[in-house]
Amino acid sequence: MQFLTTVLFDGLIYASYLFIVSLGLTITFGVMKILNVAHGGFFAWGAYLASISIIYLGDNEYNSYFYYFAIFFSAIIVGLFFGYIIERFILRKMYNEDIHLIVLATFGLFWILEDLILHVFGVDPLMPYYPAMELGGIEIAGIFQGVYSLTLAALAIIVAFICWYFLKKTKWGKLLQSVIFDREVSVSMGINVTNVYLITFIIGGMLGALGGAYIAPTISVSPGFAIDVVVMSFAVVVIGGMGSVPGALIGSLIVGLVRAFAVHQAPILELFIIYAIMAIVLILKPEGLFAPPKPRKI
Amino acid sequence: MFKGVFKEQAVQVGIGFVFVIVLLGTFVLPEWMSNNFMYGLSRGLAVLGLMILWRTNLVSFGHALYYGVGAYSVAIAQKYLGVTDIFLRVVIAIIAAGLLGYVLGFILRKYREIFFAMLSLAFSMVLYGLLAKAEFLGSTDGMSISPSTLFGLEIGRFGLFYFIGLIVIISLIFAHCYLRSSLGHLTTAISDNEIRVEYLGYSVQKAIHIKYIISACLAGGAGGLMAASLGQVDPDSMVLWSVSGELVFVTIMAGLGNILAPFIGAIFFEFIRTYAYEFAPQAWQMIIGGTLLAIIFFLPGGLWSLFEKINPFKKEKK
Repeated sequence: MQFLTTVLFDGLIYASYLFIVSLGLTITFGVMKILNVAHGGFFAWGAYLASISIIYLGDNEYNSYFYYFAIFFSAIIVGLFFGYIIERFILRKMYNEDIHLIVLATFGLFWILEDLILHVFGVDPLMPYYPAMELGGIEIAGIFQGVYSLTLAALAIIVAFICWYFLKKTKWGKLLQSVIFDREVSVSMGINVTNVYLITFIIGGMLGALGGAYIAPTISVSPGFAIDVVVMSFAVVVIGGMGSVPGALIGSLIVGLVRAFAVHQAPILELFIIYAIMAIVLILKPEGLFAPPKPRKI
Repeated sequence: MFKGVFKEQAVQVGIGFVFVIVLLGTFVLPEWMSNNFMYGLSRGLAVLGLMILWRTNLVSFGHALYYGVGAYSVAIAQKYLGVTDIFLRVVIAIIAAGLLGYVLGFILRKYREIFFAMLSLAFSMVLYGLLAKAEFLGSTDGMSISPSTLFGLEIGRFGLFYFIGLIVIISLIFAHCYLRSSLGHLTTAISDNEIRVEYLGYSVQKAIHIKYIISACLAGGAGGLMAASLGQVDPDSMVLWSVSGELVFVTIMAGLGNILAPFIGAIFFEFIRTYAYEFAPQAWQMIIGGTLLAIIFFLPGGLWSLFEKINPFKKEKK
């Protein structure tokens, strides 16, 4: 019983963090058909900017609201700044190219973003643990849990709700869906697709940065820690279905729970099992478990 | 299949190039510089494999799988069978990678575009997940490889260099023969229109399967040679997804124009990396990433397109 609850909590917390990161990836893929390797760069930049600002604010009880402000603000800044530069000056010129070339270009951008971190923030690991320490922990079902990690799950639910509301209930969401459905028809209907792409890419980047910024207080932020996250969120997106929002949710739940189970039961299989699931899903259902139905065009 | 292959200009130029590199590397240049040539020639094999796949518009983002299988089979053969013979090493690496490619090929030959890339990425990460946690294979520290021998005699660095040159020449000839055979000519046909190829009476899946096995063997050979020349295998520098990314990057940097291009590209890449690391240890990734973007934007045909412009042997079109 104790074991199952531990696995459940660990898995859910990990899943919520994965969900935020891979939601950004799946939105970018769904709208722009770009597999964005540079997403890991956004993630790392969000984590670093948030850590630096939390450490700058210092361990001070009057500051507790500023911590969260700093976290969200760094995510927004990173998304706006790098998202704008990358989409406007690099990706926009490549939409007619081969899809593999675009992946490679984002791979190059990932390298550049990674190294920029070394120059801006230095090579020492940062440990912005104040927000997590301040909230302390509580005991649920006989297990001690950090409250901060639990707020991560709440954040994931809020993000999922906002995303659902935006896509299904607002005018902007409908515009986005028509762009996803057919780019050229949307252009001819008077939708400014160039702007839609730019905004989508920025929002995707913001979500990636938010994932990094929010997880930063619970880990030690050091160079190169984003490299695992990239391919892990690829696994989530592929399992759920590339470009599908409910798919990202289910995919991150599967990956999070399975990984937590493996960590506690058979640590040797921790990485293996996630990619094995990814491969099996691709073999049985290449479009992913929850892929949006493909429109048939003539 | 091999008839008259030495009369072909591409093969003559390729053999000449490898001879020059090997002679330069063993007699003229200092050791650190010739190391770059040696690693470049070895990794060039894997890039040649990727190039053959890319001509059908299939891009594998998991080719480090075969690269790593080649390297680890050398390490395992040494640990459990005591094999240090360089010839046996390369044969084992190629056979191991080829067998795996044969098995996985049955699945992968049905996939195209991004799904092909993603599935190969998944397979390579499965291997990475196993190797990074497998303690009897040294987990993330990897294993060390003892110096290679040939018929019981230690061959040293020069001998290894000659051997790599020989393997590269054999692969060049083989790749050229494959590409000019009717099976190889299907390559471009498949990327243009698969349905038409099927109507002509060829099996698209079978052609892709054969191509995939060839590509896997080349990458496995590259991994085996690389393990022998580095003296060390570990999952982070042999099997991780970023290694596959590097290989794909070298392919696009080299260009798809000629069988020699992958080797030139791989050597060039080794030099960029060494120099960037030498002069700007904290910015070498940035320099490599910048080079990648610059190549994609300003030199879409890769480095080979530069050679084509100045090629003195270029045949006049009639």
